[in-house]
Amino acid sequence: MSGPRQTAALAVAPGYPTTWKRPPFIASAAWRYALYAAVLAYLVVGLGSVEVNWTRVWEGIPRGWAFLSAFFSPDFTSRGGDIWLGLQESLTMTLTATVAGILLAIPVGVGAARNLAPAPVYAACRAVVALSRSFQEIVIAILFVAMVGFGPLAGFLTLSFATVGFIAKLLAEDIEDLDERQVEAVRATGASWLQWVNYAVQPQVMPRLIGLSLYRLDINFRESAVIGIVGAGGIGATLNTAIDRYEFDSAAAVLLIIIAIVMVSEYVSGAVRKWVQ
Amino acid sequence: MPVLQSATGRSWQHRSGRQRLIAWFGWLALVALVVFAWQVMTRDTIWAFVADAPRQAADIGERMFPPRWGYMERLWQPLWDTLNIATLGTLLALFVAVPVAFLAARNTTPSVRFVRPAALLLIVASRSINSLIWALLLVSILGPGLLAGILAIALRSIGFIGKLLYEAIEEIDASQVEAVAATGASGAQVLDYAIAPQIMPAFAGITVFRWDINIRESTVLGLVGAGGIGLELSHSLNTLAWPQVTLIFIVILGTVVLSEWVSARVRHAII
Repeated sequence: MSGPRQTAALAVAPGYPTTWKRPPFIASAAWRYALYAAVLAYLVVGLGSVEVNWTRVWEGIPRGWAFLSAFFSPDFTSRGGDIWLGLQESLTMTLTATVAGILLAIPVGVGAARNLAPAPVYAACRAVVALSRSFQEIVIAILFVAMVGFGPLAGFLTLSFATVGFIAKLLAEDIEDLDERQVEAVRATGASWLQWVNYAVQPQVMPRLIGLSLYRLDINFRESAVIGIVGAGGIGATLNTAIDRYEFDSAAAVLLIIIAIVMVSEYVSGAVRKWVQ
Repeated sequence: MPVLQSATGRSWQHRSGRQRLIAWFGWLALVALVVFAWQVMTRDTIWAFVADAPRQAADIGERMFPPRWGYMERLWQPLWDTLNIATLGTLLALFVAVPVAFLAARNTTPSVRFVRPAALLLIVASRSINSLIWALLLVSILGPGLLAGILAIALRSIGFIGKLLYEAIEEIDASQVEAVAATGASGAQVLDYAIAPQIMPAFAGITVFRWDINIRESTVLGLVGAGGIGLELSHSLNTLAWPQVTLIFIVILGTVVLSEWVSARVRHAII
């Protein structure tokens, strides 16, 4: 056979590529190197502007180690009363704020849906959503603490406010994606606006609304652990105190409780969402 | 769907009587629970303060305007620090999150029984704790400053990026992996030529998305001493300098809107 001779002929055939290289991420070489240079320049400048007090960091290493080892011997008892109180506040705050937030979010969400609301209502509701979503919970908490004083009520107001923006935005998007045929069918029976929303819109968005509410319950619990830092009650206040006093074993206990509750609630909400859909 | 027969004729109803009863008791239980939770929560509330809230709000609102524009020149440096915390924190997180994601994905993990649960636990632990709490801890361990902020952002981002990335890895097209493996490629080559190109768009999207969130979060890390514009916010709040607070709010808002725009543009370009 002429096998070897043919292969040799192929290998030397003019213009036939013998190696393959994958195409680069950016086709133009100039732009590619410009991007690399920009990234490198940023890293040099950015890292250069980070001032680190290395002696302080060095001193911190044993403390960091103490914190890590505290996770293997968490202390649930010596601050047990505070932890229990903080947990109570966090859980009650989470539940009431989620419910109140959703009740307020439903009208706002309906108003923020382009296919349901007239233009002025739409603009107003979108403004509410944007306002509520653009600030971190902790910033809102600072303002509410200044208004109603320290304690879980400020936390409740904060979480409700944040819930309104979150749920209303996603609900509005869901309403805008409705199946038009069902909406039209109900419309064709001569239904009023209220009947229309109740029989055509509500059944379609309900599964997603329940899913979102559970998701938000989850988020609100996590946030309730944070806003305590600025005095809005909850387990965050307990955690803040423990860390300020360098009581890492109590802090580890609080963190483990938070992780456990988040894991359980994530699992439960996942199961419920699967059941609803 | 049950149809009821009554004196006036047949009428259609959404649910049967039994279902309605169950739903009614479910709602009743929820309302009772909420009322109970409300009472537990407001046990120690001082209502005189709450009644005073509208006046307080009006008072603060009055003091907040007009914003003190001259303060802006002292905000550029903290703003740059905030940007660095978010960006460097995201980059640092990538170095840890990418290997963790490969260890956590069912189709790339070396051991489903031992390595995967450990990687998943790492992801869950990182995700459950807010970056502010990480910052609180790190400030107490390492001292206040940018480093604590960068590490806090990185620690929180590992879980987020790791989770979304391992889900993306699990959804890749297995036939491409098989095709590359069939050419005799080594494990690393399969990773490089079959898996990486498939997850690249998801990876870039997730990273930019997280960077956007990190900008948002790094604006407040300073409240616990981890540097950035939050530090100025904290100073201004402590000295009750409300016009400065207003300006900082405006700057934060502007930064957040800008970063959201950038991230939306980049994600749009990738996908």
